[in-house]
Amino acid sequence: MYIIIVGGGRVGYYLTKTLLDEGHEVLIVEKEANICEAINNEMGSICLRGDGCETATLAAVGTERADMLIAVTGEDPDNLVACQVAKHKFSVPRTIARIRNPRNEVLLKKLGIDVTVSGTNVILEYIEQEVPTHPLTHLLAIEDSGEEIVEIKIPPKANSVGKSLRQLTIPEGSKLMLVIRGGSKNRIPTINTMFKEGDRIIALTTPESEEALRATLTGE
Amino acid sequence: MKVVIMGCGRVGARLARELDADGHTVSIVDNDAYSFRRLAFSPELPEFKGTALRGNGIDEEVLKRAGIEEADAFIALTQGDNRNIMACQIAKHIFNVPRVICRIYDPLRQELYSTLGLEAISPTTIISDVFKNILES
Repeated sequence: MYIIIVGGGRVGYYLTKTLLDEGHEVLIVEKEANICEAINNEMGSICLRGDGCETATLAAVGTERADMLIAVTGEDPDNLVACQVAKHKFSVPRTIARIRNPRNEVLLKKLGIDVTVSGTNVILEYIEQEVPTHPLTHLLAIEDSGEEIVEIKIPPKANSVGKSLRQLTIPEGSKLMLVIRGGSKNRIPTINTMFKEGDRIIALTTPESEEALRATLTGE
Repeated sequence: MKVVIMGCGRVGARLARELDADGHTVSIVDNDAYSFRRLAFSPELPEFKGTALRGNGIDEEVLKRAGIEEADAFIALTQGDNRNIMACQIAKHIFNVPRVICRIYDPLRQELYSTLGLEAISPTTIISDVFKNILES
C-alpha cells in the first residue's frame, strides 16, 4: 500500500518505521526542515518538507494514488484539514486522524474522517485498568457495531453476589461473555451461573446500556 | 443578531466593535487576553458593550460559554486557517449555527471548503485583486 503520513514527530517517526517494516511504501510530510533532514538521513529519502494541509504539497507527493493518509501532527485542526483535503480533493479511500482532545472525536466522525485515534483516551483507558477499585473498565471498542467489551469486577457488597444470572436483569444490549474467577477455570456464564465477590465479568455492551449493566452487577 | 467571533486580532476586534455599535449582541473569543486591548475605547466608535471571553475557540465548552447555542452567526478570524476551518465546522455541524463565515488565507483551501459548503473568504485573493486593480487602472 502507498501510505502518506502527515507529521514527522515521534508518532509519525515510529509509525513510519513500523509500516516500512511491513513492506508498505511510506512518505512523510513534515513542516520542520531539521526533522525532515534527520528522518531522511536515517531512513532514506522518504520525508518531504511541506505543509500537509496544502493541496499543492499533497499533489506533489502523488496523493491521488495513495491508499491511505494518516495525520499525526500534534494539532487537531491540522490533522482534520489534512484528512479532509486528502478525502475531498484526492479521493483517498481511507483517512486516519490523531486527536489530542477526545471531544473532537464526534466532530471528526461527523465530517467523514474514517478513523480517529485519541492518545488521551488510550492513556486514560490503560490507567483505568490499573486502578484496582474501578468497577468497570473498557477493554475494547468495536468500531463497526459501536459496541464495546468491558470488564466488571463484582464488589463484596454487590446485590449480585450469591445470585444466579437467571435472577438478574441484564439490560438489553448487554451480553455476559466470560466469568474470570481466581483459583478456578474461567467459564462462559449460563443462566445458572452464581456470582461471587471478586468475579471479573467480561461483557459485550452498547454504550447506552453500560450504566445499567454496571448497576445490575455492582449495585448494592 | 447574536454574533460569536473567534479571534480578537485587528479584523476580529474591529468587526466586533462595529457590529456592537450597530446594536448587535457580540461575544468575542481569543486565547490571549492581551488581544482584548484592541476592544478598548477609541474616538471613532462607541465603547464595546459585548462580551470578551478568554479561551480556545475550537473547544466546544468555550463556544457554549460564548453563547454559540443561541448565536445567529459565527465568524472565525484567527491567524490559523485550520483553526478557523475546524471552529466553523464545529459551529455548523455540532451547534447548527445558521450563518457561519470563515477566513481562510490559502486560496486553494478556501476553494475546497467553499465547495464543501462553508462560507469562506480568502483575504489573499481579495487584497491581491485590489492591488492589481489599483495598478492597472
